[in-house]
Amino acid sequence: MGETVLAAKYLPILILAILVFIIGLSMTIANQILAIRRPYSEKLVRYECGLPPSGEPRHPFSVKFYAIAILFVVFDVEAVFLYPWAVSFGHLGAFAYVEMIVFIALLLVAYVYAWIRGAFQWE
Amino acid sequence: MPFSLLNFKALAPEIFLVLVASFMVLFDRAIRAKDFFFWTALLGTLVAWWLCRTSLGISFGESYTADHYGFFLKTIFLLSLFLSILISPVYARRRGFHFGEYYGLLYFAVCGMMLMASGTDLLLIYIGLELMSLSIYVLVAVDWRDPRGLEGGLKYFLLGSLASAFLILGLAIIYGRTGTLFLARIHQHLSVDPAVLAGIAFFLVALGFKVAMVPFHMWAPDAYEGAPTPVTAFMSVAAKAAGFAALGRIFLLAFASAHPMWIKLLVPFAVLTMFVGNILAVVQTNIKRMLAYSSVAHAGYILLGIAAGTREGLSAVLLYLFIYAFMNIGAFGIVTLLQREGGVGESIYDYQGLARLYPFPALLMLLFMFSLTGIPPTAGFMGKFYLFRSVVHAGHPWLAVLAVLASVIAAYPYLRIVMFMYMREPEREIQPASSLSLWAALGISALGVLVIGLYPGSLLHAVMGSVF
Repeated sequence: MGETVLAAKYLPILILAILVFIIGLSMTIANQILAIRRPYSEKLVRYECGLPPSGEPRHPFSVKFYAIAILFVVFDVEAVFLYPWAVSFGHLGAFAYVEMIVFIALLLVAYVYAWIRGAFQWE
Repeated sequence: MPFSLLNFKALAPEIFLVLVASFMVLFDRAIRAKDFFFWTALLGTLVAWWLCRTSLGISFGESYTADHYGFFLKTIFLLSLFLSILISPVYARRRGFHFGEYYGLLYFAVCGMMLMASGTDLLLIYIGLELMSLSIYVLVAVDWRDPRGLEGGLKYFLLGSLASAFLILGLAIIYGRTGTLFLARIHQHLSVDPAVLAGIAFFLVALGFKVAMVPFHMWAPDAYEGAPTPVTAFMSVAAKAAGFAALGRIFLLAFASAHPMWIKLLVPFAVLTMFVGNILAVVQTNIKRMLAYSSVAHAGYILLGIAAGTREGLSAVLLYLFIYAFMNIGAFGIVTLLQREGGVGESIYDYQGLARLYPFPALLMLLFMFSLTGIPPTAGFMGKFYLFRSVVHAGHPWLAVLAVLASVIAAYPYLRIVMFMYMREPEREIQPASSLSLWAALGISALGVLVIGLYPGSLLHAVMGSVF
């Protein structure tokens, strides 16, 4: 009994989901049916800021960017953590200080490791 | 927030593991003698176990509970870590990844598992799961010259990230409905409604992925085959045990009141897992893939113990995981013993006539295969017996019947290896690797399988006392 009442509570969401699906689909189909199509070669060319396209967009690029990006995220998160900590340092006291020291020490291990392994050298 | 809430003593084993792992990772370049890391890792495992034993307690409010349940599971993790470290050097030296980071990553993975086993806060369990998973993704691909390892690692990583997303989504739903992340308080506030059921289903998907539950097992054969064999041994036992640790605590503590609902969800998955795993194991010709599908099937048996939803069921799960560590790492140890470059020794046909050429390794393999099948004098029989008995006691005799039927199918792939070893003529001779540590691991595993099979009494006692 309770289950049916609860299911009824979610009925509007189901109806909404179905409506969204139908509207989205019908717009796409209507576009296919109603739109006037006069393709010519200039129109079918890939759009690149109004300039003639200069080659394929998918270049393979160095995996080193990936390592740099990961390192950036790690230290960026550290900085993000430090800001609220510094702002509310006054009433957090010694506990927060020790916590942050431990956090930074652990990140330092990762930093030294990355350094030893030459992650900061481009060549 | 005072210091008094932080009982660092309860966290001593994890802190120790992180310190040792950081040391091994940082000083890898400085120390030329790589055997040093092997010995450090081996001794560190024993120290960590001693720390686990002496530091029971609650820490970080209610977030972390180092109880007997956690201790038993940590014993399983450290046991499989110990045995995997013992079988590592011979393989790692041959493939050129015998360095500090390898052992460091194993340590980080075990640290994550420990957080999963003792975490009583959903967020802590999630973080433990991520620490374990990320370490294992890298370990699968640690032999970076081997394209199969890279393929397996990447597949595991991509699918595993999806599973993690499911876990965090389920966590968000449960938090939204109960307003807490602590397992004990979720238990108090849980009311069954569709949103909560969706949350429970998400948890089942995420943790089912980690224990290779069908239909979320697709990664297992590729990752197990591609990974270096010692890593396969480690992840097939320890990562599975960690998944079941979290599954047991979350489903039998936090979601205990919803048991009548989630058992309907869990039982079909468990039955499917047993049968799909065993039937697909029948057609495999690569021994690592065969053992991968067999590990899928074993996950199915263990899920039955969770589905029983009783203390007896959970203790049978713990017993089975402990036994599984010995027999599965033993089997992978034999694979390591006979494996050579270029896939030699990986085909099951390479085991033909092994008993004639090398009777002792063949005898050990026979023991592990009998145990995996569940034939009486071995530990595997005891594990299956207590698991199926708990299912019958929980009032699902037909489930036990299905499990026994699945075990009958399982006899074929295991006993086929035995048949090949003892009744076929050898096709090519593969000299077993000579490594003292590998033989030590095989000896411990064989002893474990036999002793638990013959005298299960004290272990049963320990298991009964380990259930929360």
